[in-house]
Amino acid sequence: MLEIKNLHAEVDGKSILKGIDLNINKGEVHAIMGPNGSGKSTLANVLAGRDDYDITEGSVSFDGKDISELEPEERAGEGIFLAFQYPVEIPGVTNTTFLKEALNAQRKYRGEEELGGMEFVKLIRSKTKELGIKDDMLKRAVNVGFSGGEKKRNDILQMAVLNPKLAVLDETDSGLDIDALKIVAEGVNKLRAENNAILVITHYQRLLNYIVPDKVHVLAHGKIQRTGGKELALELEEKGYAGYSGEAA
Amino acid sequence: MAATQETVEQVQKLEMDKYKYGFVTDIETEKAPKGLSEDTVRFISAKKNEPEWMLEWRLKAYRLWLTMPEPKWGKLDLPEIDYQDSYYFSSPKSMEDRPQSLDEVDPELLRTYEKLGIPIKEQEVLAGVAVDYVFDSVSVATTFRKQLLDVGVIFCPISEAIQDYPELVKKYMGSVVPQGDNKHACLNSAVFTDGSFVYIPKGVRCPMELSTYFRINELNTGQFERTLIVADESSYVSYLEGCTAPQRDENQLHAAVVELIVMDDAEIKYSTVQNWYPGDEDGKGGIFNFVTKRGICKGKNSKISWTQVETGSAITWKYPSCILQGDNSVGEFYSVAITNGRQQADTGTKMIHLGKNTTSRIISKGISAGKSQNTYRGLVRVAAKADGARNFTQCDSLLVGQTCGAHTVPYIESKNRSARLEHEATTSKISDDQLFYCRQRGISEEDAVGLVVNGFCREVLQELPMEFAVEAQQLVKISLEGSVG
Ligand SMILES: Nc1ncnc2c1ncn2[C@@H]1O[C@H](COP(=O)(O)OP(=O)(O)OP(=O)(O)O)[C@@H](O)[C@H]1O
Ligand SMILES: [Mg+2]
Repeated sequence: MLEIKNLHAEVDGKSILKGIDLNINKGEVHAIMGPNGSGKSTLANVLAGRDDYDITEGSVSFDGKDISELEPEERAGEGIFLAFQYPVEIPGVTNTTFLKEALNAQRKYRGEEELGGMEFVKLIRSKTKELGIKDDMLKRAVNVGFSGGEKKRNDILQMAVLNPKLAVLDETDSGLDIDALKIVAEGVNKLRAENNAILVITHYQRLLNYIVPDKVHVLAHGKIQRTGGKELALELEEKGYAGYSGEAA
Repeated sequence: MAATQETVEQVQKLEMDKYKYGFVTDIETEKAPKGLSEDTVRFISAKKNEPEWMLEWRLKAYRLWLTMPEPKWGKLDLPEIDYQDSYYFSSPKSMEDRPQSLDEVDPELLRTYEKLGIPIKEQEVLAGVAVDYVFDSVSVATTFRKQLLDVGVIFCPISEAIQDYPELVKKYMGSVVPQGDNKHACLNSAVFTDGSFVYIPKGVRCPMELSTYFRINELNTGQFERTLIVADESSYVSYLEGCTAPQRDENQLHAAVVELIVMDDAEIKYSTVQNWYPGDEDGKGGIFNFVTKRGICKGKNSKISWTQVETGSAITWKYPSCILQGDNSVGEFYSVAITNGRQQADTGTKMIHLGKNTTSRIISKGISAGKSQNTYRGLVRVAAKADGARNFTQCDSLLVGQTCGAHTVPYIESKNRSARLEHEATTSKISDDQLFYCRQRGISEEDAVGLVVNGFCREVLQELPMEFAVEAQQLVKISLEGSVG
């Protein structure tokens, strides 16, 4: 589903990703771990098509389609979702309005009928219930005054409503309490299906107890240095990234 | 910064021809000879069949106007206005004999309003909104008049009020905005052509929204409307005005006067959605919108609430104000002013606290994009006797890009030590992060800008009557259009 080949990318002219190869098939969950500043969020942003994140070499295809020239909103329409390391506040725009605009924009992109008021309300009510999110949060402005953990949960709510084919979760576990972590993991596991794929970026193997990955990759110095099964996460937790310092591989 | 930069550039390249009300209605008109003189004033008065006292009042204003200087205190780059190069009266020929019913109104006029999205036929109009349709210098039609009269509410063109309710007009016209208030108001007093008159009797809650829709159509013609609303004791009315004009290369003058009078325990809620033609991206053409709006809370516990969404005009110069004379009276001003291209806006309010325990609240949201200049100018004055006066002012500015300007000029004058005055001001920008967040969720860049700006204006937009809130949100979005992804 997602094929990344020899991806080189720079941010504001600074080279960050230096040859990433990564394949994620339908139905798979992959985890990326790696030291601070190694390029994990950069990879997420490149996949989402953020301006200033320029691909200098290599290719990214999604569902067999080259997406490197697509606008961020087009990639979203194709089914790529990014849960942000730092979700953004949008004062004055309620969660409901935001979700509705987003969902209908994506549906329109895919040539689907836009959802009417009632259907939409039904949909989000069922999702908030699943994720244990209070309905009054829907009336609040997007992420404004939310605690760190609430923001992360709100991103997961958006994911649940938008139902993407590929969800990239950038440190969604950071700042979550144990209960919230379980709820978020459940939400992610619900999305996990034959036709969907998930890429989890995390520093902690704890999350991977709940969202069990098919593969774990170590990203350091802009490259994937090692790939293994879920046991690799345990090893990293124990030994740290000492073995990946310097220009390895 | 590149993402925002790009949006900004796109917004700057804004195609002002997206202004969708820019069409011209081809219709035969009756005009006053070009230019301004005593004869012009007499011509207008005669056209309207006015009584002698009205003509005298106009002539007095005209003579005063000749002596008055242009107001220069706005932060505006004002071109010299050639008053002789304009027409002061223009009326569709078909309105010569006032049509007695909608069936007699020229179909071309009916079509114009249909095209503007506000059909005149009562059954097609928004339920529960009565509308006065003003086309250049005349009122074309006023809907639901009978139903309103049944409960004692007078809603009619001001030219008819002068004939039918001379005592009310004599008593109140010019009582809040005196002729010599400023040069533009003075000009209006001399040459005003039409506008609306509203009287809500004691104890009546007006059963529907009242609204006036102003349309300038004729080339080189100014529109000078005058609106007068009187809310008697314990009454309530919500009134809304909307405006559009064709796209033209010449500037056109719009100098209106609005006066509100509110008695004990009464309330007027006055909303404006102003969308005059703003000129093209190089600043060619557009309406000069010089408006004097003022209300007086005469009685105790009375209230005036101004809400304005100002998106159009080349130059906007207006300060809807409240004189809080009655004890415990309340004045509110909620404003969204959006400038783009080369537009200039200098707008705000004056809250004059005279009575005891009077309160006022000012919420101003200024959005500047392109090469525009957007100024909030406000005055809060507390008189010596206004014990317990309170004001809260909040002025927020949002900048889209580097080449526009936002300015906040709050004046405070307090002669009473018990007054409590609070002022807050912020300036912010639409961030790359916000735009990317929206776009990642599937929302186009243009829609993202609209969404963020609408969020920024929310406190004000939610003050609008329900029927118009959605339209206003659309308008906010459209005025910043130009950022196609
Ligand atoms: N706009 C930018 N300009 C210059 N350098 C940048 C920019 N954005 C990111 N970087 C640099 O790119 C490198 C990778 O950053 P990235 O955010 O991808 O790391 P990360 O692996 O997600 O780290 P963390 O675990 O701390 O979240 C860092 O050295 C960072 O400083
Ligand atoms: Mg990161």
